[in-house]
Amino acid sequence: MNLLLALPVLLPLGGAAITLLLRHHPRIQLGLTVSTLVAILGVAITLGLVVPEAGVLVLQIGNWTPQLGIVLVADRLTALMLLVSAAVTLAVLIYSSAQTVSENTERTPVAIYHPTYLALVAGVSMAFLAGDLFNLYVGFEVLLAASYVLLTLGGSASRVRAATTYVIVSLLSSVIFLAGIAAAYSATGTVNLAELAVRLDQVAEGTRMVIELLLLVAFAIKAAIFPLSAWLPDSYPTAPAPVTAVFAGLLTKVGIYAILRLETLLFPASQTSTLLLVAAGASLLIGIFGAVAQTDLKRVLSFTLVSHMGFMLFGIGMSTRLGMAATIFYVAHHITVQSTMFLGAGLIEYRGGTTNLARLGGLAKTAPMVAVLFFVPAMNLAGIPPLSGFLGKVGLIEAGIAYDTTAGWILVGISVLTSLLTLYAISKIWNRAFWQAPSEMVETDGRPIPRVMTGATAALVGFSLLLTLGAGPLLHYADAAALSVLERSPYVSAVLGEEAAAQLVYSIGEDGQKVVER
Amino acid sequence: MSVSLALLLTAGVLVACGVYLVLERTLTRVVLGFVLLGNGVNLLFIVAAGRPGKPPFEGTADPETMSDPLPFAMVLTAIVISLGVTAFGVALAYRAWQLFGHDEVPDDVEDRRVLRRGRRRPGDADVIWHQSLDEESRRGALLASQRDEEDPLGADLSGAEDVAQDPTEADEGESRP
Repeated sequence: MNLLLALPVLLPLGGAAITLLLRHHPRIQLGLTVSTLVAILGVAITLGLVVPEAGVLVLQIGNWTPQLGIVLVADRLTALMLLVSAAVTLAVLIYSSAQTVSENTERTPVAIYHPTYLALVAGVSMAFLAGDLFNLYVGFEVLLAASYVLLTLGGSASRVRAATTYVIVSLLSSVIFLAGIAAAYSATGTVNLAELAVRLDQVAEGTRMVIELLLLVAFAIKAAIFPLSAWLPDSYPTAPAPVTAVFAGLLTKVGIYAILRLETLLFPASQTSTLLLVAAGASLLIGIFGAVAQTDLKRVLSFTLVSHMGFMLFGIGMSTRLGMAATIFYVAHHITVQSTMFLGAGLIEYRGGTTNLARLGGLAKTAPMVAVLFFVPAMNLAGIPPLSGFLGKVGLIEAGIAYDTTAGWILVGISVLTSLLTLYAISKIWNRAFWQAPSEMVETDGRPIPRVMTGATAALVGFSLLLTLGAGPLLHYADAAALSVLERSPYVSAVLGEEAAAQLVYSIGEDGQKVVER
Repeated sequence: MSVSLALLLTAGVLVACGVYLVLERTLTRVVLGFVLLGNGVNLLFIVAAGRPGKPPFEGTADPETMSDPLPFAMVLTAIVISLGVTAFGVALAYRAWQLFGHDEVPDDVEDRRVLRRGRRRPGDADVIWHQSLDEESRRGALLASQRDEEDPLGADLSGAEDVAQDPTEADEGESRP
């Protein structure tokens, strides 16, 4: 059963190699990519069913000891992330298959699209499964390298300009990450996450703080947390819609996932809690103000993405059981919804010929299907009951009230305000793109949208509704995931055995405070 | 653990030079800066490996006297990764040179927008506020902010391909006689 853990990484890597060889056969390529992603989805569903019963799964590659070799670890959190990312990547690929075939065949080198996409999926899975810090770095690099290629697909002027900023910022975060790993290795002599958890508990407070801040900055750049978020709205909107969808949904969430692991497993309830809450509040507010001010659909969505990263950081900053459970639920919800929104934006662009909100108009009449496919995730993003966004936000706000500190109450206020402003930004899009009289610039007789594109978007909308319908069981699952993440010992004992877990000094209590166990 | 000061100083110098180059305007220099930065950080791993010892081959020496091989394995991986990414960065610089004639990193879009707003503020505000309510102005300030052709704002911010590019320092240098 443990061998399953290798599949989400191995399958797409192998698929990438084969699709690269088959670059002159686009249909076979497409079939192969889709079947690879379906297989990954199957593996992820199996993992999601197995992990709650079997506990944390560990795979030691090549039977090296965990301290020396590469370890893949899947706990509840990882399994959920894998499942959602597999579903989203599959839907986005199917969506993009219609677009690339019908539109850009001559202009973009479609041949490298599929291999790169699969490499991206491999990198994302690897980052989720990584059991040591260096493997996490490699996973990040794989997905970043793939994302550079996807962002510059076709090499047009605007994409090259956007990618320049993106590549520089990502390189910087990678260098900082690498320096953080070097520091962690000097301090503890290991990069295995479980062993780091044990040894970092013994390290002097100041040293621990330095390592934590180094890694936190590296991850926060990737997750686009406010002071480090300026690169995102400039680089994402120029990419093709499906690429933006998968970037917005997954890449930032990989950063949040890394921050979650960092703040719980490696540095339990450290002194950075207030810092995280301040960054969360700033992200929420400044992101949403940016969204309100924008005039381009994709840029509005990019800014709401920056803003909503703050919700997840809010939960991580509190690190109470309730907050953590709500965060995990919210991550799953947000990956789905943000990707769907960008796919919807792609549909609007396809139909209206532009994403400029001043020029769009009248789509509610001319393309009612697009309107429905945009409306549902939009309301979900804004947090209208009874959709999953509402449930996630209620969880976070409830946790913030229970947290009962000044920072907590301020964050609760900011969260509510942000939800309201999100609704404003969303309804602005709605009014302009769907209700205002179409300007003469819009091709009102526009092209019909391929069925595959609407179908894939509808499938993702359906998936997000499934998250809403299954919210009860899912929240129980997230709660169990949060509990095991906060206790730390299940993870450590699964990787290194009970004795190592007994050496852990700290864990995080249900109220988010550091508990000294020994 | 004792630390080699020479290695640390070298790493420091490399990182300092790298940071200086990263702050430059042209992409080629930025890429070179990242090469230096990466090498500096790689040296930190070698610092982390501790004192030099015997080669770490199974059975050739007492494990206590061997060097720690793990940091070197990590450095090798990091070097390979930075090789690939550097190649991509250079290719990107080349493509930028093909398209624009230079490889300067563009200004932040929002910064340019704010700057332009500030420049045209005096006098221009009256035009926006006192225009008659024709069909176009019903669309509100949104379109008004994009009305004049000198400000290719909407086009520049949209995902449309190959929009007109704002002049950078290099362009201005060329255009001046």
